[in-house]
Amino acid sequence: MGEVKRISTPLRTEEIVSLRSGDRVLISGWVYTARDAAHKRMDDLLRQRKELPFDIKGQVIYYVGPSPAKPGRVIGSAGPTTASRMDAYAPALIAKGLKGMIGKGARSAQVIRAMVEHKAVYFGAVGGAAALLSRCIKEAEMVAYEDLGPEAIRRLRLEDFPAIVVNDVQGNDLYAEGVRVYRQEIGSR
Amino acid sequence: MREIDTGQIVQAVKEMCLEANYDLGPDMMRAFGQALEREESPIGQEVLRQLIENANIARQERVPMCQDCGVTMVFAEIGQDVHIAGGYFLDAINEGVRQGYQDGYLRKSILNDPIHRVNTKDNTPAVIHLEMATGDRLKLIVAPKGGGAENMIQMRMLKPSDGVEGIKRLVLETVAKAGPNPCPPIILGVGIGGTFEKAALISKKALFRKIGTPHPDPDIAALEKDLLEAVNALGIGPLGFGGRVTALAVHAEVFACHLVSLPVAVSINCHAHRHQERIL
Repeated sequence: MGEVKRISTPLRTEEIVSLRSGDRVLISGWVYTARDAAHKRMDDLLRQRKELPFDIKGQVIYYVGPSPAKPGRVIGSAGPTTASRMDAYAPALIAKGLKGMIGKGARSAQVIRAMVEHKAVYFGAVGGAAALLSRCIKEAEMVAYEDLGPEAIRRLRLEDFPAIVVNDVQGNDLYAEGVRVYRQEIGSR
Repeated sequence: MREIDTGQIVQAVKEMCLEANYDLGPDMMRAFGQALEREESPIGQEVLRQLIENANIARQERVPMCQDCGVTMVFAEIGQDVHIAGGYFLDAINEGVRQGYQDGYLRKSILNDPIHRVNTKDNTPAVIHLEMATGDRLKLIVAPKGGGAENMIQMRMLKPSDGVEGIKRLVLETVAKAGPNPCPPIILGVGIGGTFEKAALISKKALFRKIGTPHPDPDIAALEKDLLEAVNALGIGPLGFGGRVTALAVHAEVFACHLVSLPVAVSINCHAHRHQERIL
């Protein structure tokens, strides 16, 4: 499976193009969080040719809606949510400079095409490992849309956040390739 | 006639909401351990190791194991000799959920209605299913049910001529289409028979049987075993990255049905297989 690569945000192009699906990474640095509702608002802004609530160039979005933080803690449990719900919005953001996304589950063909064209990467984090992953989040700040509660846009500072490259700039897809290796016809066992 | 006060019910439901979200319990921990031994994919093994560590952290620190603390499902079996006193039974359940989700720092994920979609901010209403039983006890099962796996559930009114092969096809089709989205390794509940909504309900209840316990009817137990093997041959693996362990268990339930019908519901729960049971 190879060693684990340490990468940090904002992502540099030479780093992005060197990643391959199946690579294990530890991500450090600031990432933005946004889900369905925030993506819809950002999509509306782009359509109206208005500025996004943050400079998206080189950034990574983590698809997460954390549970409330216990007193004294930076954040509650914070595992990834299903990325495909944001598929409709991702290509436009990638075209605007978004370089990475962290979530779970497969992306659509359009999103994969946008990643190949504009050199971006999709990382899978372990869905449901929410208490473990929250330990890798050292700071959290509100950025925009506080009224959305768990769906607000926040900035999180990650330290060695474990993830796996699912889609790389060559169009590879770990979900497709991984299953292919292990799929069996029942009769052949 | 035995009286049960709603105050007891509020307290029990509140505590079960917390326990279910913090503590996966020994049965699932054992299932994870067995899965880790069976899994051959290196990424799959790493995923399972993270899930085991995650469950331990959640239990020790009393934090939710998954940020999606679910819709709170409650199954109640009310002994016909029970009298609920002090308030309305359903209100007491919802008050227990309200207190549990507030005091336990659990995520409130419920919207008032599916069209207007405004968060109720207290994770109520719970989704409550009631059954009558004999005797004077009240059995409560609280099962926080995450949205991801729930969204992958399928139900179909098959034709009797589709037969057992048709049931297997539907189960495999459901799991294959879901892929990584329900956060494998999953638990499958298959409801066969009844009417449309009865099949769905028994498939949901089937999820929360003690994991891996076979159906008492040997034919149904054999079907469960076949389905588990067939599902795992799909190769989806932990979190869908490819591997040998896609499902930890298949539980099937059957009910009498109309002579022209074969209703089949395939319910799915994710690896955050959360449920607590109490008898009051």
